[in-house]
Amino acid sequence: MGKVIVVTSGKGGVGKTTSTAALGAALAQGGAKVVVVDFDVGLRNLDLVMGAERRVVYDLVNVIQGDAKLTQALIRDKRLQTLYLLPASQTRDKDNLTAEGVEKVITALRKNFDWVICDSPAGIERGATLAMRHADVAIVVTNPEVSSVRDSDRIIGLLDSKTLKAERGEQMEKHLLLTRYDANRAERGDMLKVDDVLEILSIPLLGIIPESMDVLRASNVGAPVTLSDDRSAPALAYFDAARRLNGESIPVTIPGEKRGFFGKIFGRKAA
Amino acid sequence: MNIFRFFAKSDSAPAARERLQVLLAHERASTGDSDLVKILRDEIMTVIAKHMQIDSDKVSVKMERGAQVSTLAVDVEIPFDAAKKKKKAA
Repeated sequence: MGKVIVVTSGKGGVGKTTSTAALGAALAQGGAKVVVVDFDVGLRNLDLVMGAERRVVYDLVNVIQGDAKLTQALIRDKRLQTLYLLPASQTRDKDNLTAEGVEKVITALRKNFDWVICDSPAGIERGATLAMRHADVAIVVTNPEVSSVRDSDRIIGLLDSKTLKAERGEQMEKHLLLTRYDANRAERGDMLKVDDVLEILSIPLLGIIPESMDVLRASNVGAPVTLSDDRSAPALAYFDAARRLNGESIPVTIPGEKRGFFGKIFGRKAA
Repeated sequence: MNIFRFFAKSDSAPAARERLQVLLAHERASTGDSDLVKILRDEIMTVIAKHMQIDSDKVSVKMERGAQVSTLAVDVEIPFDAAKKKKKAA
């Protein structure tokens, strides 16, 4: 039985889709069988970031409504044999997602994959609550910026109340993924620091992804950043985050810190 | 450049941190009853209306959230003949 992860944030544009693609690819590069599922019905983009936009035939809504079999809708990545994509529908709206339909799909995927990574839409409505509903683990993607932190706090509240795990009285495993971090600006006092965000949200840290040109470059060419440039700073940060998801305990370093600080290892406890 | 910058502006991150801490402390405590101010306003109005005639547009209820305590300010404009009117109406 595989693990179901939801990548969520509340706020839009913080890096959910980028992170879903990068972590999915990183886990698959390690040999695991991974499926990334786009829950953003009507505004799908995971297909584009993964470079599979021209290969979409069937989607999540088709599967839920019985118009296609799950195996017909899954798109295998051309670069990684063990990475699959289940795209969202672009033409329908989110009302076509039913709780029972989503449950069926997730149950089937869980049986066939090591990791099922659900890319949540922004907001706190149907699409977002259904994306988190069946999750075992939640990755809360946050930018070091006030509105993103506030929305993450709201999402953490929903993860602790609206998910199946929460309703069964179990504790949802939550991790913070801090994205678009600029160590120099934080050092100058112009940006919330890692510790500020950790203290406010008080969930364990999965990783810090530096603000980087490489992320845009990767989405331009339709490749997860861990595939397009696997030596880049964001790729290395995503690889570390993927290893932490696998239970490895590796210290979190702040990427892109200026020389002299570089290589400094922080004693912060990883997720 | 850096020195000019240093004198020109103070750090903004501590302000962000403090504002978030105050805001989230309240939001976490009050999930569900975000209409608290409206409820208080309506109930206060009902009580005042029992004793005098007032214009509902001339009542303002404000909540100021602080780190330790919050203050609720109720500002009611009472016309000098409000009590009389009420008596007449009764």
